Amino acid sequence: MKSLFSLLLGVFVLCAPAFAQEDSPDALIKKVTDDVLTIVRQDKDIQSGNTKKAIALVEAKVLPHFNFLHMTALAVGRDWREATPEQKKQLSEEFKTLLVRTYSNALTGYKDQTIRYKPTKMQNGDTDVLVRTEIVQSGSKPIALDYSVEKLPDGWKVYDVVVAGVSLVSNYRDTFAQEIRANKIDGLIKMLAAKNKQNEASKS
Amino acid sequence: MAKRVFSVAFAAAVLSGCATTANNPKDPFEGFNRAMFSVNEGIDVVIKPVAQGYDAVMPSPIKTGIGNFFGNVYDVWTMLNNFLQGKPSEGFSDFGRIALNTTFGIAGLFDVASAVGIEKHAEDFGQTLGKWGVGDGPYFYWPIIGPRTTRDTFGWAVDTSADLVWHVDDVAVRNTLVGVRYIDLRASLLPTDKVVEQAAFDKYNYIRDAYLQNRRSEINDGKAIPEGRDDADCKQSRCY
Repeated sequence: MKSLFSLLLGVFVLCAPAFAQEDSPDALIKKVTDDVLTIVRQDKDIQSGNTKKAIALVEAKVLPHFNFLHMTALAVGRDWREATPEQKKQLSEEFKTLLVRTYSNALTGYKDQTIRYKPTKMQNGDTDVLVRTEIVQSGSKPIALDYSVEKLPDGWKVYDVVVAGVSLVSNYRDTFAQEIRANKIDGLIKMLAAKNKQNEASKS
Repeated sequence: MAKRVFSVAFAAAVLSGCATTANNPKDPFEGFNRAMFSVNEGIDVVIKPVAQGYDAVMPSPIKTGIGNFFGNVYDVWTMLNNFLQGKPSEGFSDFGRIALNTTFGIAGLFDVASAVGIEKHAEDFGQTLGKWGVGDGPYFYWPIIGPRTTRDTFGWAVDTSADLVWHVDDVAVRNTLVGVRYIDLRASLLPTDKVVEQAAFDKYNYIRDAYLQNRRSEINDGKAIPEGRDDADCKQSRCY
């Protein structure tokens, strides 16, 4: 009996990594978050506001799991369909640079928060899933941090990040729509490029 | 110095108040609001360095203690609002927090309740009104107070009249508490400054849109769908 138990235990231990594979979106979010925070916790430069270093980290660890084309489409809204493939590419390149910087700046504000993972509602065959997490910090109400994740041929990809109910993507909708109305899609590309250049030129 | 900053801010406010910007149905008083926004940016020229000084000088445990102290006082109001919103289990949990933190947490300086897993909530009267079905009303940006919908402006007035800190009898003590709390709050927002600065094309727009999304989510206790995601033009993932 006892040996049966240890045999079962052994099987579980061996199989556990297989269950935790990145074929589930919540496991992917957890792995990426843990990887990034492990590095930030040990990196005094990032904690003291070194955005360049944070950007390098985000580019290496986070970026491969984001679908920027979809994010840009959401931020642009109905005008997206009017854009040529070349414009779409330029828009999403510039928007990517901006979002990576935003994400990296937020990382430099890291103190001693922990992340709590909430159960994911997901059925077999779902290709669009909301992964809910919370930033927990003593003395404050936990901040909701939700990821919308979709299944693509090359794996699960994040297409929206929502902090305390605020989507980092759709928060740009009105601004982008206004610029397109005034100066067309090319105007928006120029506006994004100028903003990125300005951020790049700022200290740290 | 402060006076000069003030008059510069005021002049900027008056000038920008005249300019009517593109009509946004979400923001019918944009001219006024932008004027008040620049007033606040002017005031912040003075407040921010004070907050930065406070942040640099105060040892971290003391800052946490100060934040916890005011947080514990505010939990009383959160508790009442949870009861008013018909959420008794949250209300009783808040009661437990206050009881624990006021006693074992030494007048609220330590958040022992969070440490044993009694979670902090944050409710205000604007959220309660929202739960009761009162609509947002036009958006405003007020001096000092910042962004509020019409409903939340009324909510803020009720929050403030119920604020225990404002009810302290000794004027000197009261003013010190109000001042320290304000600086502590500003200091806690310092890390956000750069994020918003670099993310926003127009800081005023960015703050307004984020505020409105955040309030919608808070009133629904985190269950709202982000704006634009229910857009038929970009339903699900296959729109790009």
